[in-house]
Amino acid sequence: MHLKNALRAASALTLVAATGAIAAGHSPTITIATVNNGDMIRMQGYTDQFTAETGINVEWVTLEENVLRQRVTTDITTRGGQFDIMTIGMYETPIWGSNGWLVPLDDLSAEYDVDDILPAMRNGLSHDGTLYAAPFYGESSMVMYRTDLMEKAGLEMPVAPTWQFIREAAAAMDDPANDINGICLRGKAGWGEGGAFITVTGNSFGARWFDEGWNAQFDQPEWADALNFYVNLMNDYGPEGYATNGFNENLSLFNQGKCGMWIDATVAASFVTGDDSTVADHVGFALAPNAEGIEKRANWLWAWALAIPAGTQQEAEAKQFIEWATSKDYIELVAANEGWANVPPGARTSLYETPEYQDVPFAQMTLDSINAADPTDPTVDPVPYVGIQFVAIPEFAGIATEVSQEFSAAYAGQQSIEEALEKAQAITNEAMEAAGYR
Amino acid sequence: MARAVTSRRKLINTGIAWAIGLLIFFPILWTILTSFKTEAQAIASPPLFINFDWTLENYGVVMERSNYARFLWNSIIIAGGSTILGLIIAVPAAWSMAFVPSKRTKDILLWMLSTKMLPAVGVLYPIYLLFIQLGLLDSRAGLVIVMMLINLPIIIWMLYTYFREIPGEILEAARMDGATLKEELIYILTPMAIPGIASTMLLNFILAWNEAFWTLNLTAVDAAPLTAFIASYSSPEGLFFAKLSAASTMAIAPILILGWFSQKQLVRGLTFGAVK
Repeated sequence: MHLKNALRAASALTLVAATGAIAAGHSPTITIATVNNGDMIRMQGYTDQFTAETGINVEWVTLEENVLRQRVTTDITTRGGQFDIMTIGMYETPIWGSNGWLVPLDDLSAEYDVDDILPAMRNGLSHDGTLYAAPFYGESSMVMYRTDLMEKAGLEMPVAPTWQFIREAAAAMDDPANDINGICLRGKAGWGEGGAFITVTGNSFGARWFDEGWNAQFDQPEWADALNFYVNLMNDYGPEGYATNGFNENLSLFNQGKCGMWIDATVAASFVTGDDSTVADHVGFALAPNAEGIEKRANWLWAWALAIPAGTQQEAEAKQFIEWATSKDYIELVAANEGWANVPPGARTSLYETPEYQDVPFAQMTLDSINAADPTDPTVDPVPYVGIQFVAIPEFAGIATEVSQEFSAAYAGQQSIEEALEKAQAITNEAMEAAGYR
Repeated sequence: MARAVTSRRKLINTGIAWAIGLLIFFPILWTILTSFKTEAQAIASPPLFINFDWTLENYGVVMERSNYARFLWNSIIIAGGSTILGLIIAVPAAWSMAFVPSKRTKDILLWMLSTKMLPAVGVLYPIYLLFIQLGLLDSRAGLVIVMMLINLPIIIWMLYTYFREIPGEILEAARMDGATLKEELIYILTPMAIPGIASTMLLNFILAWNEAFWTLNLTAVDAAPLTAFIASYSSPEGLFFAKLSAASTMAIAPILILGWFSQKQLVRGLTFGAVK
């Protein structure tokens, strides 16, 4: 009798499990690895809508940017199959695309209108003309400045300032007695933090990472000019301890009214004009600066994009999600619920043609900054690489992290600029030789 | 007079101990305080200590966005499972080293400890590939095994130190009375070493709870513990310090409470054999 009951119970359990499995088969689940940025979090909030429309469930794995990079790199190189969609940037996409690690996004629907993606973003997320990741939001860099302090100083910010003007304005707005720094810039070590900023600053002084034979160029006068200018500017008018300041630290300073100017990512515009900013009503925007006589400006190009790892079992569902999350309809959905200032910027041309979005104070400057960045021609002299604030080769992240550590040590006064440049030259050449480029 | 000096010294020592204690605890206290601020208050300069508008909003947002219970349950299973499994292996190992040492026992102990000196990232790929082959990725069972392996050298070392304090003659007497090896381990050794085993368990549980490299790299959705929960609130582009602090407070609260209630055992275990 006991055995019979046990068998009955087991059969019932099996039936329940099988029903569950069948039900699960009817509603597939995709897993998305992403970063904890405002726009991404907002997207997670609308996921239920996607599930309701398509019947596809979505699981999110949200990680800190560097952890995410390590996590998805491990998974994709070993074909672990943990994720159906990965949030990756403009640095990884062409490299991973060329390695065959990503599913080409060359069959997106006509409704999706792939030609509407901003050309700079599309090029940066493609390899050999094939798109491998769809941009969720894109950014360049620009000058954000305090209009009230500029007015008080009797200066007017040009649309396209030079570094020399930036220094003049920083001197005029610097007010240590009132805890106002003339300028706030990144100095924190890390290829995506201070490394990115000093690379674009170098571009705007005519410096480059490599010549056409992949020889490091830190021994050239342009790098010395760029670094000396940056260090003098920050020592004279920057915040104390700037060598450890990154995006968040400067955002915090600017929002508290402690910076006259801040040159950083265009996505910061919505933060500094948002509710948490004490200076929201006094912020103006200008193109990133250049040194006098140099055509290239210090603006970078970046996108957080959604890509599908090769080998996923849910390719069709993943594509469906990407089409939904990076569509014109999604932008309108966010605009309708949270206002145009909060839509993911920098991805689609049509967004900048929308009259309501044109009224957003930073919209045009963001577009102009993105358009001024050309990853295939980042600096004055020709280079063998693609990328503005990075060099799109797998070895770059490691090399640039080390180089930026040397630079940060120079900012902190632990070594001279000459020493930092010498070390950067040696580190880079050694790594490139070991990797077989030279 | 001598009495007065002693009291004064006692007072000074107590003051120093409190100062050091507060210094060590300050980052945790600051995290807890920040979790009750708004994002704007969290970055205010000069920093706000207690004179701010206290809010539970961050906890509400975190609870709404994340499935805290799932992360917590995974942490309990991974930390608890690895601790129990580690003890099952470590007790006999430490017994043999303490009571039946060979010429190479010290070398083996040192070799075991040397595995802790290898940077974890050095073996990430082999372990990851092994997990793929065995279907253990993003599974609690896989994490239990890895956590156990990571902490096993420490458990064995700690138990070895405790067992060495137990006179071998007692075990010998049990043997003479006819106790088998199993009985000797279960009925004689283990009860005598309970304070040591308890503190080893607690320490191992805390280490496994806080481990953030393997738990982040080998999990995704199903087995992600509280370390992954915290990591999901760290942002390089955006100021979410108050929410991050709320998530951190929620992640450390269970272990903090456990540590608080078991501090006597912990201190006793950690200082066992230190003074003779």
